[in-house]
Amino acid sequence: MSGARVLVGTRKGAFVLTSDAKRDRWKIEGPHFGGWEMFHLKGSPVDPDRIYASQSTGWFGQLIQRSDDGGKTWNPVGNQFSYEGDPGTHQWYDGTPHPWEFARVWHLEPSLTDPDTVYAGVEDAALFRSVDGGQSWQELAGLRGHGSGPAWQPGAGGMCLHTIVHDPTDAARMFVAISAAGAFRTDDGAKTWKPINHGLHSAQLPDPDAEVGHCVHRIALHPSRPGTLYMQKHWDVMRSDDGGDSWHEISGDLPTDFGFPIDVHAHDPETVYVIPIKSDSEHYPPDGKLRVYRSRTGGGEWEPLTKGLPQRHCYTNVLRDAMSVDGLDPCGVYFGTTAGQVYASSDEGDTWTAIAKHLPPVLSVEVQTLS
Amino acid sequence: MIRVVLPAHLRTIAGVVGEVRLSVEGAVTQRSVLDALEEAYPALRGTIRDHATQLRRPFVRFFACEEDLSHESPDAVLPDAVTSGAEPFVVLGAMAGG
Repeated sequence: MSGARVLVGTRKGAFVLTSDAKRDRWKIEGPHFGGWEMFHLKGSPVDPDRIYASQSTGWFGQLIQRSDDGGKTWNPVGNQFSYEGDPGTHQWYDGTPHPWEFARVWHLEPSLTDPDTVYAGVEDAALFRSVDGGQSWQELAGLRGHGSGPAWQPGAGGMCLHTIVHDPTDAARMFVAISAAGAFRTDDGAKTWKPINHGLHSAQLPDPDAEVGHCVHRIALHPSRPGTLYMQKHWDVMRSDDGGDSWHEISGDLPTDFGFPIDVHAHDPETVYVIPIKSDSEHYPPDGKLRVYRSRTGGGEWEPLTKGLPQRHCYTNVLRDAMSVDGLDPCGVYFGTTAGQVYASSDEGDTWTAIAKHLPPVLSVEVQTLS
Repeated sequence: MIRVVLPAHLRTIAGVVGEVRLSVEGAVTQRSVLDALEEAYPALRGTIRDHATQLRRPFVRFFACEEDLSHESPDAVLPDAVTSGAEPFVVLGAMAGG
């Protein structure tokens, strides 16, 4: 049966929502791992029943869970994330050096080709990889070791590596993003990395040409055009057409260009979705209206999508990992809020329905397209 | 047998119901009890003690015989009542977070 499976990570557990391809009736299962912070769950593109989940609490630390049956049952796998060598220091909030300390896994990105290989983006920022289904983890230390690490600093949520994007046409190329260091790219299978932040401008940085220090919130690409990257920065929505070597702003007529998630339509590389948030000190939508904005032109020109979304007294937030698209036709778009709603659109964003209304604050939303 | 009481979240991770009973060789200390616990339930590694330092995680506490032993040396011998199995060694999450 074709359909969609939505993996929802929340502050107090994980939920699995399933529907057939019509996407008008949803079954909700969970909470899995009730009481634990579930920062992210994601399934393998080559084996959708293989799902990895990041589970943590301040009390008992980090666990990684793995399901081999589509989220029905789970087993803990390896949870030891040890930095390679002496990790040194990064900048603390006050600008003083602070030792690199593992806190949690923010994001899990399974390989595009091997269900046993999965990448983990962690706080304090580093990239890890497992090639044995999550049983053991090794740091890909070339990222942290390229030289700018001592200048990285935490964003309000911590110094996290939160975005990992594979290039589906080049197994050696990968993109990551770190708050607040910026975006980085490897072209040699994660041995060496370069910062790709040319064209980003951040008012919080005195140097207008700063190579690192940018608070990149999210990067997305379309598999058919991997040289084109879209970015939601702290402020500014950006686009690159040369694999991140240079960026230009595409905020255009958005009501505000602050926000967290950004994603690309499954069937059109020029259709992009963002959710504008009023400001970095007011983490809620402008005017109390929850609006997804869609550009059909690769940015610059945006239209508000409001049907089915609350248009008054809405002061929730949508976090960076909490938006996803399915590969059905028409493309489905999904996002979760810090007030515990998961909204879905089965018509490219034209209309929306709350498919879960009263969950704990949503940290992440990933959708799997089932065939 | 040494009796160990785990908090609910860790019982779920370990897949156990109620108390855990462990056989501990040699001196019965925090370290030897936790070593035996992690040997029997590997999923608990890193949840009570830090992987690298083997130090108690900050929001985890150890009680036994109505005493807080959290700040005792991990190599201090536990009370006779724990060694004999009359009383459990209690692992619990600190009251924190509101």
